[in-house]
Amino acid sequence: MMALLQQPDIGRLIFEHTADSHIVELPFGLGEWHLPTGWTLFGIDVSPTRHVVFMGLAAICVFLSVMIAKRAIVRRHRENRAPGGFGTAIEAMVIFVRDDIVLPAMGHGGEKYLPYILTLFFFIMFCNFFGLLPWGATATGNIAVTAGLALISFVVIEVSGMIALGPKGYLKTIVMVPPGMTGIGAVAMAFILTPIEIIGKLVKPFALCLRLFANMTGGHFVILSLMGLIFIFASWLVAGASVLMILFMLSLELLVALLQAYIFALLTSVFIGMMLHEH
Amino acid sequence: MVHMLLQVQDAQTAVAVAKSTNALLGAGIGLGLAAIGAGIGVGLIGSRATEAIARQPQASGDIRGAMILTAALVEGVALVACVFALLFKILA
Repeated sequence: MMALLQQPDIGRLIFEHTADSHIVELPFGLGEWHLPTGWTLFGIDVSPTRHVVFMGLAAICVFLSVMIAKRAIVRRHRENRAPGGFGTAIEAMVIFVRDDIVLPAMGHGGEKYLPYILTLFFFIMFCNFFGLLPWGATATGNIAVTAGLALISFVVIEVSGMIALGPKGYLKTIVMVPPGMTGIGAVAMAFILTPIEIIGKLVKPFALCLRLFANMTGGHFVILSLMGLIFIFASWLVAGASVLMILFMLSLELLVALLQAYIFALLTSVFIGMMLHEH
Repeated sequence: MVHMLLQVQDAQTAVAVAKSTNALLGAGIGLGLAAIGAGIGVGLIGSRATEAIARQPQASGDIRGAMILTAALVEGVALVACVFALLFKILA
């Protein structure tokens, strides 16, 4: 009993689901929303795409969740009730970011950078979660988005170093001389270590960008490939096994979504902390 | 791979096909090696973490947190190889 095997192009399917496009699929079969094309700014195409829409949604969700949480906590304090509910959950996450990510990495000067790290954490978390919903697209699965986040982190890290150390101290982090060497040895070490330091400064945000992008896209590739297996084999047994594997991969993806947001925020705070405490 | 070579008519498309075949082969082998590295790395992390928990069960919360964090960082390196393999596929 050979089923009629349709051979869909699995590669094209995977690519269409993970890559950016100008069409947003509305949920529950409501149709498609064709985004406007052709907006250009100084010759660069800035028309909104699906990932831009989902980034906007994630930003709105970050804003709304924090606003609603704030009002809920204020109301609970006023009514003298025990902690609980949505506001307390968001408060728990904020306290986790403050006490376990920012303050251990940056020490006493850390409160200034707490808003940025919090925004980073919540934004990346919401972006990743939107990718797991049906009809959702992962904005952080686009290397341009993660590159933008890494670029902003790079600027924050370097500017924090310039503010905390002063221009001369900041230059000492680039033209690095190991402590305790003088004379010709110092000049030789400076010649060797300066390119390494510069490359190190550039590679760290690049690794942040690639890590987030690869984790998000890789997970979706695996899930879509397993779904494609169902179409290739067209048998009930393979479909059952495949759906179980997809369930497992989706729960792993849930963990990875939270973990990658945590790691991006943690590494950014560690790099800022390293710049703040150079002396 | 053979059927692509059978379609070749002249030298230029032969070179192009050989380049794309070589690129994909390289990407596949590189990805496999990176997967071996990630497997060994995460296995080491897991083994040392369980050993540490067995030595001191009251520190198991801290150890579990450190283990998950380090595993994600090691996986990041293997996934960088994934990204470059994808780049090979797209470029050739």
